[in-house]
Amino acid sequence: MNFAFLHKYASLMHFYRLSHTLTPWLAAATLALFAWGLVGGLLLAPTDYQQGDSFRIMYVHVPAAWMSMFVYVTMAVAGGVALIWKLKLAEIVSRACAPLGASFTFLALVTGSIWGKPMWGTWWVWDARLTSELILLFLYLGVIALHGALDDRRAGARAGAVLALIGVVNIPIIHFSVEWWSTLHQGATVSKFSKPSIHIDMLIPLLVMISAFQCYFAWSLLVRVRSEILDYDRNASWVRELGRAQEAGR
Amino acid sequence: MTPATIIAAVVRRELLRAVRNQAEALYPLLFFALCVLMFPFALGTDSALLSKVAAGVVWVAALLASALSLEALFRADYADGTLEVLVVGGASLPLLGLGKAAAHWLLSGLPVLVLAIPLGLSLELQPALLGTLLATLALGSVCMSLIGAAISALTVGLRGGGLLLAMLILPLYIPVLIFGASATANAALGLPVAGELYFLAGLLVLALTLTPWATAAALRIRMS
Repeated sequence: MNFAFLHKYASLMHFYRLSHTLTPWLAAATLALFAWGLVGGLLLAPTDYQQGDSFRIMYVHVPAAWMSMFVYVTMAVAGGVALIWKLKLAEIVSRACAPLGASFTFLALVTGSIWGKPMWGTWWVWDARLTSELILLFLYLGVIALHGALDDRRAGARAGAVLALIGVVNIPIIHFSVEWWSTLHQGATVSKFSKPSIHIDMLIPLLVMISAFQCYFAWSLLVRVRSEILDYDRNASWVRELGRAQEAGR
Repeated sequence: MTPATIIAAVVRRELLRAVRNQAEALYPLLFFALCVLMFPFALGTDSALLSKVAAGVVWVAALLASALSLEALFRADYADGTLEVLVVGGASLPLLGLGKAAAHWLLSGLPVLVLAIPLGLSLELQPALLGTLLATLALGSVCMSLIGAAISALTVGLRGGGLLLAMLILPLYIPVLIFGASATANAALGLPVAGELYFLAGLLVLALTLTPWATAAALRIRMS
């Protein structure tokens, strides 16, 4: 199989141009999905028979928690690609994932804490999932710190990639922690393999919100990657031309 | 040269360095002992309480001693250029990583293990639990040395060195700590501990298989 087309899009210039057309679509999709998900989740979904209206924070908490793990895996995979094929683009993506993932993790922890107060009567418990999420935050912060500790961007991105790959062992531990340790946290309610234990009217807004978070992640990742590309390639002729064109258009 | 002789040469060199610089080789041990001794001051001398937390205290102190002693693992080789020569000269970096991890365990893991006996007993640890504590600590400290060698290679010569290293490494030690501590907690209740020991052994095999490659990748990145 011919992978030449991949190299074309892995080149920073082509990716920059491709992302230019993608960004507005992703932004529009993000806004539309957020509007649908938030109205559906906060206004239209039926009230929970046990938790009342306070379950609605789920529509932010669950997507944020999903994203916290998804972004880590994305960061590790991009890091692996960067290490194996030495693709600049993968380095940039891996590097750009870290602060985004840390933000999702922080959001999941804060919303979980706010949800926990009325449900469990406490802001924080040393429950397996909460603790793993906190460890995940520290893993992200470690990767960010390592990026900052190296002066050379490329070396920093590759060192962060090694750390992300080492830390990815933590992701299955998070996933199976519910079974490993006795826990207060409710079990997963959305599963591919069995009938979900959540009403369909509650489930649809949740899935919409998850897609909205995914689109938001893709959008903000692209914005970050685009500015990083310009910084990486600032001495390349195409970036200089871009700059001149902007000057002329002003 | 066979892999075994390469590892042996690395270990021998590290041990020789420790013999010639005995004061520095003692730092992790002294730190471990001092760390444990802080707890009676912080928690009081109530022997029932101390007996309850003894195993956990020994575990945390061993964790910190391991994390802090790792900073020196590649430092001297980095400072005098040996590391660069090894990387550029095409030495087998995974074997170097394994040798370094083995030396770290011999110089800090093993002595901590021995020292854990009197320190644990001084914290009123039930003598019956000593065997479980030592078994888990033995398996766990090898894991810690192996993971630690990779992170140590990744952060060698960076500003903020020791603290950055500790910050990166402690989250990765958590699974080891969980199984180690829960084994002694189970033993105190008279429950079987084989499960935790198997898990620790599993983590050890995983670390032994994967971390040498991570160490090698880290060294290549840092020396390129």
